[in-house]
Amino acid sequence: MKLYKEEIIDHYKNPRRFGELSNKTHEASETNASCGDMMEVYLFIKDGIIEDAAFKGVGCALSTAAASMLMENLVGKKQEDVKKWDGEKIEELIGEVNPGRQKCVMLPLEAVREAVK
Amino acid sequence: MFNIKKVRSDFPILKRKIMGKKLVYLDSAATSQKPMQVIDSVVNYYKNHNANVHRGVHTLSDESTEMVENARNKIADFIGANSSEEVIFVRNASEGINLVMYSWARKNLKKGDVVVIGMQEHHSNIVPWQVLVKEKGLELRFVDVDSEGCLVDESLIKVLDKKVKLVGLTQVSNLLGVINNMEDVVKEIKKKSPMAKILVDGSQSVSHMKVVVKKMGVDFFAFSGHKMLGPTGIGVLWGKKDILEKMDPFIFGGDMISDVKVEGSKWNKLPYKFEAGTPNMAGAIGLGAAVEYLEKLGMDNVRNHEKKLVEYGLRKLEELEKKGVIEIYGPRDSEVKGGVLTFNIKGVHAHDAAQILDSFGIAVRSGFHCAQPLAEKLKMGAAVRASFYIYNTKEEVDFLVEKILEVLKVFKIR
Repeated sequence: MKLYKEEIIDHYKNPRRFGELSNKTHEASETNASCGDMMEVYLFIKDGIIEDAAFKGVGCALSTAAASMLMENLVGKKQEDVKKWDGEKIEELIGEVNPGRQKCVMLPLEAVREAVK
Repeated sequence: MFNIKKVRSDFPILKRKIMGKKLVYLDSAATSQKPMQVIDSVVNYYKNHNANVHRGVHTLSDESTEMVENARNKIADFIGANSSEEVIFVRNASEGINLVMYSWARKNLKKGDVVVIGMQEHHSNIVPWQVLVKEKGLELRFVDVDSEGCLVDESLIKVLDKKVKLVGLTQVSNLLGVINNMEDVVKEIKKKSPMAKILVDGSQSVSHMKVVVKKMGVDFFAFSGHKMLGPTGIGVLWGKKDILEKMDPFIFGGDMISDVKVEGSKWNKLPYKFEAGTPNMAGAIGLGAAVEYLEKLGMDNVRNHEKKLVEYGLRKLEELEKKGVIEIYGPRDSEVKGGVLTFNIKGVHAHDAAQILDSFGIAVRSGFHCAQPLAEKLKMGAAVRASFYIYNTKEEVDFLVEKILEVLKVFKIR
């Protein structure tokens, strides 16, 4: 199945940057009411640069993999730039998903956007 | 008689391919597919009879009115109403429940009164009551469920007392297919809360088993047409005539009045006072055709067919359960279980499972199924639900089980 590439299954089973940050400066959480998925995002931002990022939560393979890949991508980025990230960024990371799963893959980005607001 | 081959041939969508694969539709608890008889009735109405009802004196308007009223009569017979005046057309079960909330409960309940609902309820029978409870200073009590999602008798007895003025319960749980013993439940309510009106959500029952509302001892019964072979946008609220007569409408406008003066208006007679505006005529006619289709099959045959499927499905899933691969939710006894299998594949989120099953042409529902309190109470989280109807077969159950194993492969489990 095209969507469930090795990489996605790997990120789902071994999520990167999973956990909480002790020195977090920004955090936010988002939920998906239709399935009960929940995502918490923690960031350490210094001088407008995201120096550390982590997430916690329960979700499907797509939302977990999207979060895991997103966290890896966040580190070193400018807060101002991240504010502009949208669905395109997610598609770039995880590939195209059908409309029914958009909510799943967007959940972590929504939490990130809330955190950097 | 019940001939599965004949039944399947009546449903054109079953010939569809999903990504090149044969469609295996296991999501009828969300909405059922439609037979040609229903589709044709709607097409025929628009092609040959379309006109507004109760308004014109011309031929088409007469025909349209007669067709809608015929449908109402058929539906009244089908659900065992005393008369078709008790059959109010609404959009769906949600609107039916809202009608009871706005037109009956909002007027008759006072601060300190109690509303009782079950932990099994669909959000449509939870949210209206939460809103009213807040607005009027009422108390909302829940009848608890056991680990299989069945109502707990002791809990029912505990929440009932003289302060209870309304009890709203589903007859069959949408999430787990639990069939409640309404006879016993109603008896208990009458004994401990004699003043309470009883509202039944029949969305998952009337489509799958014989229901006779006048024998249930309840006051209101709401259901959606689209879950029982009918079109979307049409449903029914049944209510006891003497209660409906004392109620005021909650939607106002054309057709629901008998006399409009500058100083004020008089309500039309039943059921029209609750049907403001041009009604969903094609929908009502389509639902009439659906009911006719089900009558011909026989509701006992429908129930029997689904019962066999769910027994078979449970046996098959239990084999996977023994291997430690899946978790099954809800009762295992088909006597108290409708045609619904709810489960999770261990280590695989329900959405992922449903998506992979879709790639084999299998349509199942995943998520909370609009019954979040129940899903959380049973600590299921999101779950996969395969739900059956008259057109499903044992072979489709086998195919589902076979493809559950494929899901495990994608996730490299075992």
